[in-house]
Amino acid sequence: MAKVEILIVCSDEGILNTIIRLIKNNPDWNPAGAANFQEANELLTENAFNIVLIGSGLSAEDERELQLTVVSSQKNIAVIKHYGGGSGLLFGEIFEALSRLNR
Amino acid sequence: MENFVIHKSESRGLADIGWLKSRHSFSFSSYYNPERMNFGVLRVLNDDAVDGGKGFGNHPHDNMEIVSIPLEGELVHKDSMGNEATISPGEIQVMSAGTGIYHAEYNKDGSKPVKFLQIWIYPNKRNVTPRYDQVKIDTGEDNVFQQILSPNPDDAGVWIYQNAWFNKGKFKAGAEITYNLNDNKNGVYAFILSGSATINGHTLENRDGLGIWDVAQLSIKADTDTEILLMEVPMEIE
Repeated sequence: MAKVEILIVCSDEGILNTIIRLIKNNPDWNPAGAANFQEANELLTENAFNIVLIGSGLSAEDERELQLTVVSSQKNIAVIKHYGGGSGLLFGEIFEALSRLNR
Repeated sequence: MENFVIHKSESRGLADIGWLKSRHSFSFSSYYNPERMNFGVLRVLNDDAVDGGKGFGNHPHDNMEIVSIPLEGELVHKDSMGNEATISPGEIQVMSAGTGIYHAEYNKDGSKPVKFLQIWIYPNKRNVTPRYDQVKIDTGEDNVFQQILSPNPDDAGVWIYQNAWFNKGKFKAGAEITYNLNDNKNGVYAFILSGSATINGHTLENRDGLGIWDVAQLSIKADTDTEILLMEVPMEIE
């Protein structure tokens, strides 16, 4: 079974690395990190993702732009806003996104 | 017409990692129950007990209003903004995690457990500047609710980035109280800290939770001596 590819976009390096580490703990999930909209856009162009997880530090405009970019790509990608910055809500957010994708 | 949901104490999720025992009213960390994701913007209600001398090492948070209410023992707090504090029963602590905050919380006592509620509220604004505060809330007065949290910096208790109000009170058996919502579009999650009470006809025991919405007020009767926390929150996540 293919791994779930997850792009995390977060400008705080420490939080980004924490989320990547937590996601890597699940052998069925594969994370990639971007520090800003530009990096995220490049990764989205070059790779296939199932989930884009918007973390902290992006401007409201960049958050909207990122969502629009994903929607306009017409790929089956779930975009979720991450809250909490750690393990507390992360897994529930990903499970909820996966259930949306599988509907 | 009133809507409600009851979460019995024993139905909560359980995390036991030795030094930490936590009951989760809503999905948290490795406890995932799609039927228990949130009550409006109230996303986390953890009933934590940390062994003596133990605690949570330095770790990050972002974009969440994080409230801690100590119930027994003392909790030491250190964070990346340079705050170092001890919080005790009768106080409340708040962090607006915003763009990112790193903190550690540990039990000040080397032998006795510290018990506290950890409550997370979705903020109404993302990426705010992180902030920390703690205030004394316990007046010692019985049979009244005391506001311990609001959206207003100038109001009683701590404040958060959300249209939410928390009230806490100790009531003698037989006391009857009415709680009027600050905003009728909100719901209220009532959590029984001790004893038992009947709220709008629903009987609740120790550590039970009642989420209730589409109401303007609550009619509360203390069935025994009881302590109650009311969390009034918006029902829609922005």
